[in-house]
Amino acid sequence: MKKTKNKTNALHILKKFKFLFHSVRQYKKYAILSIVFVAIETLLECIIPFIMQLLVDELGMISANPVVDKTGLLNTVLMYAGILLLLAAFSLLFGILAGRMSAYASSGFARNLREDEFKKITTFSFQNIDKFHTSSLITRQTTDVTNIQFAFMLCVRIAVRAPLMFIFAFTMACIVAAPMTWIFAITVPLITILMVIIIPIATRLFVKLFRKYDDLNEQVEEDVRGMRVVKTYAREDFQKEKFRKESEEMGRGFQKVERLLSATNPGIQFVMYISMCLILFVGSMVCIKLATANPDGTITFGALTIGSITALITYSAQVLSSLMMVAMVLFMIVMAVPAINRVYEVLVEEPSIKNNDHPIYEVKDGDIVFENVSFKYKEDAQKFALQNINLHIKNGETIGIIGGTGSSKSTLVNLLSRFYDATEGSVKIGGVDVKDYDIKTLRNNVAMVLQKNVLFSGTIKDNLKWGNKDATDEEIIKAAKVAQADPFIQTFLKGYDSWIEQGGVNVSGGQRQRLCIARALLKNPKVLILDDSTSAVDTKTDAYIRKGLKELQGVTKIIIAQRISSVQDADRILVMDNGELSGVGTHEELLKNNAIYQEVYEIQNRIGGAH
Amino acid sequence: MKNVKKKHVLLRCIKDFYKSHPIALTIAVICVFLSSLGPICAPLMLQNIVGLIEDGVRNGFDSISSQYYQSMTTLICAYIVAIGAGFTYSQITANYAQKYMHELRCRLFDHMQDLPISYFDRHDKGEIMSTFTNDIDTIRQLLSQSLSTMLICSVTFISVLVIMLYSSIILSIVVLIGAAVMIVVVKTVGGRSARNFRAQQEVLAKQEGFVEEMMNGLKVIKSFTHEEESVENFTVIADKLCEVSTNANKYANILMPILGNIGNFLYVLVAFCGALLFIYDVPVLDLTGLHTDQTITIAVIVSFLPMVRQFTNNVAEVANQVNPIAMAIGGTSRVYELLDQEKEVDNGYVTLVMGKYDRDGNIVECSRKEHTLWAWKHPHTADGSITYTLLQGDIRMFNVDFGYVEDKIVLHDVSLYAKPGQKIAFVGATGAGKTTITNLINRFYDIADGKVRYDGININKIKKKDLRRSLGMVLQDTNLFSGTIMDNIRYGRLDATDEECIEAAKLANAHSFIERLPQGYNTYIKGNGSSLSQGQAQLLSIARAAVSQCPVLILDEATSSIDTRTEQIVLKGMENLMEGKTVFLIAHRLSTIQDAEAIMVLDHGRIIERGTHDQLIEMKGYYYQLYTGAFELE
Repeated sequence: MKKTKNKTNALHILKKFKFLFHSVRQYKKYAILSIVFVAIETLLECIIPFIMQLLVDELGMISANPVVDKTGLLNTVLMYAGILLLLAAFSLLFGILAGRMSAYASSGFARNLREDEFKKITTFSFQNIDKFHTSSLITRQTTDVTNIQFAFMLCVRIAVRAPLMFIFAFTMACIVAAPMTWIFAITVPLITILMVIIIPIATRLFVKLFRKYDDLNEQVEEDVRGMRVVKTYAREDFQKEKFRKESEEMGRGFQKVERLLSATNPGIQFVMYISMCLILFVGSMVCIKLATANPDGTITFGALTIGSITALITYSAQVLSSLMMVAMVLFMIVMAVPAINRVYEVLVEEPSIKNNDHPIYEVKDGDIVFENVSFKYKEDAQKFALQNINLHIKNGETIGIIGGTGSSKSTLVNLLSRFYDATEGSVKIGGVDVKDYDIKTLRNNVAMVLQKNVLFSGTIKDNLKWGNKDATDEEIIKAAKVAQADPFIQTFLKGYDSWIEQGGVNVSGGQRQRLCIARALLKNPKVLILDDSTSAVDTKTDAYIRKGLKELQGVTKIIIAQRISSVQDADRILVMDNGELSGVGTHEELLKNNAIYQEVYEIQNRIGGAH
Repeated sequence: MKNVKKKHVLLRCIKDFYKSHPIALTIAVICVFLSSLGPICAPLMLQNIVGLIEDGVRNGFDSISSQYYQSMTTLICAYIVAIGAGFTYSQITANYAQKYMHELRCRLFDHMQDLPISYFDRHDKGEIMSTFTNDIDTIRQLLSQSLSTMLICSVTFISVLVIMLYSSIILSIVVLIGAAVMIVVVKTVGGRSARNFRAQQEVLAKQEGFVEEMMNGLKVIKSFTHEEESVENFTVIADKLCEVSTNANKYANILMPILGNIGNFLYVLVAFCGALLFIYDVPVLDLTGLHTDQTITIAVIVSFLPMVRQFTNNVAEVANQVNPIAMAIGGTSRVYELLDQEKEVDNGYVTLVMGKYDRDGNIVECSRKEHTLWAWKHPHTADGSITYTLLQGDIRMFNVDFGYVEDKIVLHDVSLYAKPGQKIAFVGATGAGKTTITNLINRFYDIADGKVRYDGININKIKKKDLRRSLGMVLQDTNLFSGTIMDNIRYGRLDATDEECIEAAKLANAHSFIERLPQGYNTYIKGNGSSLSQGQAQLLSIARAAVSQCPVLILDEATSSIDTRTEQIVLKGMENLMEGKTVFLIAHRLSTIQDAEAIMVLDHGRIIERGTHDQLIEMKGYYYQLYTGAFELE
């Protein structure tokens, strides 16, 4: 039962590995060349000791003669030296070539794999992104690929070398000492059993251990991050004890694995020594017997000489060590399996939102209709995040949305630019269902300033040009003026060429929000959505921004806000509660007839100012 | 100069390792010697036996039988000893290296716990983490592998060299010259490979940074349809990475073929030189001296050649360890750098004790069961007497100056008085010094000039742990720890009962949401509290502060980044918590501090306005402008 499961697992991995291997593309020739070169190098590596042995034998024979023929000796040595030098030169050449080719192949493979993954991820819908989590997506593109690259290189180099060595050594052993090859029937199974026992246990332990390792690291991270809390509550000793426990447990795990792994080496040596002793003992007996049977010294085919015994010892060691290499490769591959799985998952993920077959490339205007729209984030979720929304927003209207966290304000507007698709009902812009538009066209016409304001490393101008990469300086400054970003940009030493750090950490929250608004304005959208995008901006600037937006003619504006003051002069205000529309109307109307609106208004005014 | 010091650190690390388990490790070292004798002696004995068999072939088995059996027994015995020793030392290293790693980890963690906060402010979190993971890992590699490999190699190296020298000094010199060439190759090729690996590490970090930025901004990329541009930028980095990675692996991959074939060349060279020595009757020079009457025999050459192979293989083995050892040097130096950091000094001698009033109305110490109050126990060294002061939470600062670095003062002449039960609020832009003031009260940092008194006692005299135990804290970053909800609340006071924790949760307004969680108070949360909302995490940290029963509270931006309605719930919890306590309040939203007894408006480390809300509004100064929204606070 368990075995069949393992077998299918192994098949899966092979399939996945093959799938990932498609990424090798233009580097395929390097991969093939490196396999060829490794093969040649291995062959030479096997032949060289063989020749060396011949030289030693030859020397031995010469020295056995009572009178040594000196010129004969010199000639012999020179001949062998010549052959060996030639072989070594070739071995060096192919060794270097193989090393280079496999470096090209593995680095190139990793490069393509990274690119494929990144490309794939850019096609993901928000749903796909939510499924994977940001941090996991990062690991899948960094550490995991590095691990796969390493495993790949090992495979190319050792997976060819080991079987070749095995075949060569085995064949040679058969040639030099055919009557003794039964020895492999003992040693090879012994080593195989050793490997079959140790590798699965070791990998299982390692996988468990790595999880433990992650836990321990997380604990350290938690501790470093919360150091102020630790120190405030004087919990240093408590933390130490907690860490000690975890670390000890992990230490014990590592002890177990290491003990197991370090038992392998003596184990292998044991098998090797057994085989040596057997060969020596049985071999010498056979040898002497043969010699006494044929005292005249004629050697028949398949007979055993002393030279062949020593040769057999060498070859049997080679057979066993090639088996070891195979074991090592298997081990490495097994260790890379989780990484392969994770990368594979990304590559086969189907983007849940795609263009349909005949998309529409023009958005007429910013007229928006929600028809019986319901939405849930996961198919098997019980609760709808949006329930039965019916709404018509006219072109050019300004709409405010108010509601607590979890009331699905953002979800509602996310359906407009098709970050998610409605589960039921339809969303129309300019009279056309959003699913019928080309996604790029749609998103270029529906500009959204997201709640999580992200700027990218680059100059302010670079960042603003995200909205429109052909924007002129005048257009950029104009947009920045509307978003009230121009005044503070002007105070920067380098103005619009000032550098923004990753994540925009070197500008304040309010400034970041204003830059994000300017970036969206540059798109010249039909629909502009500000999702809680002025929360860190002071009330006065907020008012200026709204005034500037009002002047944008023919653009439908949707403003989500925490502060009533940010939405109270909108044409209409939506009050969201728990995924439903609790009320729609002007500020005055809602103050009269909507309980939630009244409550929020009251809180914000009782304490005076929203700050 | 610096390098010398670094190597020293490696020695220190090995010494520490040895000292921690001297007996076991001594046995291990002896076993290493014994086990490396196996591969050295075996070929010699093998030769001996092969010689015997040759005789046997010529003269029949009986002539050699006794010698033969004797040799075979010796060989088998040698093998058994070698395997036994090999098994023993590898088990010992596996066991004790891991045990020591555990001890080292704990030592490092323990030491880190006792470092002052300034260390954590100065060092990046990632940097500290990397010491715990990558650097420690290099040491693990060193102790469990490189060390024994190097030991075996050096034993083999020396014994093979001695045998070679006994055979022929001239041939040995040839081999040594070859070894020198190999070392040069290792240095140049290996050095180039190491350089490129470092470059690869750099580009990898860059790629990771880029991926991180893109993944965090993925939704923005999608909403601006910027996918193609991102892929283009990514490709540039991926190409660069491919290039350096190719270089690094190229040099790493060709090292072994080069070394192996130098070994082959050397073999040929020795055979050739040996033949020349023999042919031209060059006198034998070996460790026993110069023998002018002898010439090298072919048998010596034949036995010399396998040793050449063994010798060169050995050099290759050592070359394999160069990289891990270089990495271990870096790792060890960083680990020891942390271990050498000075711990937080605590010269305080005033401690916090449980007490009660005796019949005369004096405070006396008592057991936990009977205690009705907490008191500062203040021993006087002059006359040996002890005074007890009631813990009330009265904090006063007199003309305090402070700078994180000596010559850059960030707080100027700050004075303030917080009587028990009063609420003091700080308002000001980021960097105005609000958090700095609270850092001085709990002595995360020490003041440069002035005085801080707690219940009338100079806080420098109070034991830091006790001082901090009397201060509760709720920060913007909630910093929960992996564990159950109950564990996290109990973090405030370890001996709190379940009832007390639930009571605290009720006070903090957290009870109702905890009850709704699938496993209530036993729900397991991860350290970053990702399964909880920001507001819920904050309620928990308030409950944590509540259970600690501290008379003084520090609330630093506790409600920023929570929406208006959730904020109301959190504020309600905080109000309950603040009841009857001395509170230092830092708030982003002015609405939360209006009922404070005193509001301090800070600007560039100075208090520029102070008073109640109404007084400050009346003043029509900076606070007034903030309040009316004319300025934004950042």
